[in-house]
Parts: sequence; C-alpha cells; structure tokens
Amino acid sequence: MRKSQIIIGGIIALIVGIQACEKFEPGLPLEDSLLDGPIEGLSLSEMQRFNDGDRTFNDEVFTVEKGLGPLFVSNSCVSCHAGDGKGNPFSTLTRFGQVDETGNQFLHLGGPQLQNRAIPGYQPEVLPPGAAFSRFTPPAVTGLGLLEFVPDDVLLQMADPNDLDGDGISGRVNWINIPSYINPRSGSVSHNGRYIGRFGKKASVYDLLQQTVDALAQDMGISTLYHPIDVYSGQKVDPEISTQRVNNLGFYLQTLKAPIPRNQTDADVIKGKALFTQVNCSSCHKPKLTTGNAPISALAFKDFYPYTDLLLHDMGSGLDDGYTEGTAKTNEWRTPPLWGLGLSPNSQGGKYFLMHDGMATSIEQAIELHGGEAVASRQQYNNLSPTDKAAIIKFLKSL
Amino acid sequence: MHKKYYVTLLISVSLFVPALVHAQIDSTLFRRAENRDSLNNTMNMDAIYNRPMLSAGKLPISVGGYMEANWQHIGQDGVSQGNQFQFRRFTIFMASTISKRIKFMSELEFENGTKEINIEFAALDMEFHPLLNLRGGIILSPIGAFNQNHDGPKWEFTDRPISATQLLPSTWSNAGFGLYGKHYDDDWMFGYEAYVSGGFDQSIINNEQGKTYLAATKSNTDRFELSLTGQPLFSGKLAARNNRIGEIGISYMGGIYNRYVDNGNVIDEKRTLSVYAVDFNTKIPHIKTFITGEWAWIKLMVPESYTQQYGERQQGGFVDIVQPVLQRKILGWPKASLSLACRLEYVDWNVGKLRETGDNIGEDLWSVVGGLSFRPNSETVLRLNYRHQRSRDFFANPPVLLGGFSFGISTYF
Repeated sequence: MRKSQIIIGGIIALIVGIQACEKFEPGLPLEDSLLDGPIEGLSLSEMQRFNDGDRTFNDEVFTVEKGLGPLFVSNSCVSCHAGDGKGNPFSTLTRFGQVDETGNQFLHLGGPQLQNRAIPGYQPEVLPPGAAFSRFTPPAVTGLGLLEFVPDDVLLQMADPNDLDGDGISGRVNWINIPSYINPRSGSVSHNGRYIGRFGKKASVYDLLQQTVDALAQDMGISTLYHPIDVYSGQKVDPEISTQRVNNLGFYLQTLKAPIPRNQTDADVIKGKALFTQVNCSSCHKPKLTTGNAPISALAFKDFYPYTDLLLHDMGSGLDDGYTEGTAKTNEWRTPPLWGLGLSPNSQGGKYFLMHDGMATSIEQAIELHGGEAVASRQQYNNLSPTDKAAIIKFLKSL
Repeated sequence: MHKKYYVTLLISVSLFVPALVHAQIDSTLFRRAENRDSLNNTMNMDAIYNRPMLSAGKLPISVGGYMEANWQHIGQDGVSQGNQFQFRRFTIFMASTISKRIKFMSELEFENGTKEINIEFAALDMEFHPLLNLRGGIILSPIGAFNQNHDGPKWEFTDRPISATQLLPSTWSNAGFGLYGKHYDDDWMFGYEAYVSGGFDQSIINNEQGKTYLAATKSNTDRFELSLTGQPLFSGKLAARNNRIGEIGISYMGGIYNRYVDNGNVIDEKRTLSVYAVDFNTKIPHIKTFITGEWAWIKLMVPESYTQQYGERQQGGFVDIVQPVLQRKILGWPKASLSLACRLEYVDWNVGKLRETGDNIGEDLWSVVGGLSFRPNSETVLRLNYRHQRSRDFFANPPVLLGGFSFGISTYF
C-alpha cells in the first residue's frame, strides 16, 4: 500500500513538474532592454521573412567555403552589431579615398573600404599612401525601416542649407548616385539624377537593400546577385548568398522594432528631456518623425522618436577627418539617431564608444566633441548646473 | 638497422613509464577463439562468408553496446524550446579475441537517430608484453579522460561535459597507430599511451561557430582516409592510479593542423596546435563521494591578419561530484542506488585581450548542473538534471542565460 502511494505520488509530481518546467527556465529580459525584436503589426508571412533574416543576421557565420573574403572586416553581421546594437572598436571600419564631391579617387586601390583582415594565406589590405580616411564604428540597426520611409519631402523641409532662419543650424541632404539595382521609392526626389541618401555616417546610402548589399560585399566579401563582383579581385563572380536571403536580410533590418525608451516617468528624465530641447540639441536630433506610405503596412504613416533629422551638418574642424562620401563635405556628418543610446554598452562590451569613430567613451565626452553648427548648443549645455547636466545625461540614457 | 629500431623502441617505452590507462577495452567482452587461417583457399566472391564471426560452432565475437534517450525542457533568455525528446545515442560494441594476445574491439555509434553514424573505435590490439602493446585502426586520442571514458551509462548527467565535447572534441577518434602499456606495483598502477594518427584541419579556425572550435574537424568525413596536412597528430598520456587515492592523468595532443602544401606548391605557413589536459578521479573513503574532472588548455597558431574571433588560446574543464545517498533494495531491485550529483563547468573559448581596446575577450561560459540519479543496477541509470548556464559573447556583453530540466535513461546491453 505504501509503495503504491509512493508510485502514484511520484507520477502526480512528475506530471505537475513537467507542466511547471517553463517556470524554472530563465525569463525573458525586459522588452525595453532589448534592441532585437520585430516591429508590431507584421503579418504571419512577414514574420517568417523577419525570422529568416534574423537567423542570417544573428546566427550566420560566413566561412571560406561560404565565400568569406578573401579580404574582409568581419565574418558575420552580429560580430559588428551584437544584439542589433552599436559596434565595438574591434569592428570599426576604415573608409578611404574621397576628399570632395568629385568622387572617390582610390576605387582602383581598394576604396572606399579597407578590408583589414584576410583568410589564411592572404594578406589584408593596407591603406594606400596619401589616401584620406575616416574610421566608422558600426551603428545600431534598430528602427531603420521607420527611417527608410520618412518621405524625402520631409527631409527637404527640415533642411536649411543656407541657414535662412538664422538659427545657426543649417542641415542639408546628401545627393548621391544610386546603384542600378535600386528601384527608387515612390515619391523619391531626384536632383540631376541623384537621390537623397539617408543611411551611413555620411548619409551616402539610399536604402536598406543597398546597405545590406554593401555590407555583405565590403565587410564580409560576400558577392550577391545585386553586386556580383569580388571585392578582392574586382572580377565578376557567382553570387555567394541567395537573393532571397539578401532580401530577407534587408527585410529584417526594415522591420526591427524601434528602441523602447525607459524610465520615462522619472523626474530627472522628464527634466532632462525639457533641457535637451532648451539647449537646442533637438534642432538636429529631432525627437519625432513620421513615415509616409510604405510597402510594409506596419511601417506606414507611423510617428516615431529617433532623435535625428537624417541631414548633414557641419560638425566643425575637430570632427573633420578629411574624408567624405557622396556630396557631403569632409566636416559634415549625418545626425545619428539617439534612440537606443542608453543600451549601447550592452553591445559594446560594457562601455560607450560614441561618435562616428567611437572615440568618445562617455556621453559627456561625445557632447564636448560637438563643434561647427553644434557649438552654441554645446556651450549652453556647458553653462548648465551639474544637476541639469546630469538630468540631460539621464534622459539620453533613457532613450 | 634492426638494432637501431630496437633502441628507438626502448627509448620510446622508457619515456612513457608504464601504467594503468583507463581501460578502453573491457576484457570481459572477449572470448577466445581457436586459431584459424583466414588465408585459406577461397575466392574474392567468397569473402563475405569468410569471416571469423561466421565460423560455426564457435563464439568468436561478443556484441554489446549502450543507448541514451532524453527528454528536456530548456529555455534561453525567455525563449523555451518546449518539450524535446531525443534519442541521443545507440552504440554497438563488437569485440573479438582473435588469439590469446590479439584482440579486436569496435564501437559503432548512431547519434540522434541516424543523423550521425560514426565508427568511434575499431582497433586491433596486439600484446607483446604488458608494457608494450600495439594498437592500430580507428583509435580514440587519449586526451583528458572523457574522450576514452565516455559511455553514457557511466555518467550521472544527461549531457556530456561542454568542455569535453566542444572545447575538446570528444568523441575524437582518428585512423592511426601507437603503443600502450601498463605496469602494476602493489596498490599502484601506471600506464602510458602514445599514438600517431590523422588529425585536425583548418576548419578549427574556419567554421560556423565563429570561434576556434576543434570539434569542427569532426564533420570532415574524409579524415579517416586523407590527412590534408600530411602530418601526423601525436597524442600521448601518462597516468597513475593508487587504489586508495585515485587516478591522475596528464595528456598531450598536437601537430600541424592546416593544409600548407597543395599540389606540391606551398600555399600557406605551417600552423601548430597543442592541447594539454589533466584529469583525475577519486572516491572519498567512508562517505563514498566520487569526484572526477578534467581541465584542458589549447594553444594554436592563428594568422595575425585573420580575425581575433578565432582565439589562439582556450581553456576549460569540469568537475563532477556524485554522492550516493541510498544503496539498498529499492522497488525490488536488490542493489539499487540513488545519488545526488553536481557538475561545475567552465569554458573560455578565447583567452586574451582585444587588440583594439585592451579589454578581455568574452566568449566564455559557465554552468552548474544539479542531478538526481537512480541506478536499478550498475549498468542502467535514470537521471534527472537541472542546468543553469551563463554564456557571454566575444565582447563580454551581458550574458545569455540558459536553463531547464532534462531527464534521461541510459543502459548498457
């Protein structure tokens, strides 16, 4: 009798235990602490494409057999954008060869990107003598689809290239030549055959498909049907990744959710937000943008809060590396979105590596590096009390 | 000339002073067969019937094996895999005593159904002297302890140690030859093993794991036929055991791992790999606590211009502590036992600092596995485990948490 009771008790405990198993597994991190995840409102088929792109972005490691290199910067997307966040100096890119809007004079010598690593048996690229260069730290990749579908008209309305309003802030678009495989979005504005770039440190990339194709080719040495050229030899080669996967990779980038702000009811954060506008940071780091029409309904006509205007601004001689892309000047940089700023250390190895080249290791240091059009705002920030400065920093970390 | 070989042999043996090595072959599996001549007058077409196991009226071969099946419910950072039912291994041993001092043993393993089918061991052993045995065939490299002593029913955990299967590539076997021997002296046993075999290839730094990963070579199914390096992998071990204290072993495995000549042309530099390991096991008297573990250090040459994601140094190991809490008749099984078990594991896939920042490279993992095991007899085990694991990426960003329960059965047959 006692034995039977033990057995029955054991079976019941087992059933209950199995049902409760999930309770003993690690829980989901807070949603607002993660950059990874799809934007709300995707259809089931869109979710499948998102998952496919997610696997390529976060799990795929390109090997020699899969086409890596022979020269490369990184062997996977995730090694530059851990958790879809900003990169570490380990994966900082070196771009070289262009000093003005006449174009890159070093394309025949491997420009515009230095592949500083090589598969065994090969020698990596070295910077050609005399080439101007700049170092670009990989950005976070979240919310990019929302940025992609902000209408060109909106960017042009925000631009004030001649500072007609006299506020010291100009801002202009980068007119770029787009690759032949790109179909301009409906409503795109062109000027002398050039289109408005909006991605990249110099706004020299038109859309996320171009960004994906360029990253595969220039960062990893992976040829695609869109760009079937080996970066090393310059010769035509077979695609090393299927077009469907390239498209889904682009789709993944388009449909990654926007970073979720944290601690928005905190008094210091509220105060910092007000001060951010008061010292005029928001002239370039525009808090709110709105998408226009988009082929993905979850991205169409949405308000979002990236803290960027996607325009080029003169940032002063201190940030002038003597290198540029498109029609941007060497001292002009596209306003980087500030969303997700507080989560940057989670992907950068526990530290901040900010500004275009990661030279700033704190938000305060990044502010101090702002020159050119941002000098007035920087001075206003510096005139604030330590408490007010701390409130702005806390606000920025809440993004 | 013969004298020269004899001297070489003596030097080799003296370098590896005798010993007990974890018994790769269970001698009780062997049954003696009468001497027979396999070169009798038959044609090739008769070969299929001209095999010792088919000699009527004799018992020339022993067959056995083990199996492992699991259920697990594991989740990572809030994403659960749900209920997973796995048939991890079905392993068949076939052994034969060909003559008094010539034996053959093999281990054929089916993993995860038929996803992987491997001959993990298939070697002929010839004894010239207890100190001098020749082994040839598909051999298990004597690196650490787990690689040779990996049978599922021996362990109280559903998963094999990560350091043994992913840092070290257990089960790691290659075609090769070598010598081994043992020496007994009262309570002491000493053993040595020394083998040359096929080895690793460049996939250890060119793989989909994105890190130095010795186990990547295992997917090269040509390695039992063709060594791309053309260089042997040397593996050797010295072990000592005292019946009252326990056993300790030190082992080494190394050689050139990359293909540096192709079609007669030099295409790359030679790059070496060295693996060192220490293993031990002991049973604490009176309380019967069994402790076993191993630690390994890996060092290899990686081209400086390649990516630092593929580390030049790795290390890791595990310690298992098993405490029997009940040993008596249970539910009708006369010699049943119930044990508590704990495993501590650590692996650093990339020991070093980032060149760009000077910060320590992450790419590490540690885990704690608790367990409860029930053995109705010594050859069958039911085990319930709970794993808690933390792993960090290359940049040492916040760790990924993994955890959950697993239950498994495993038995010899």
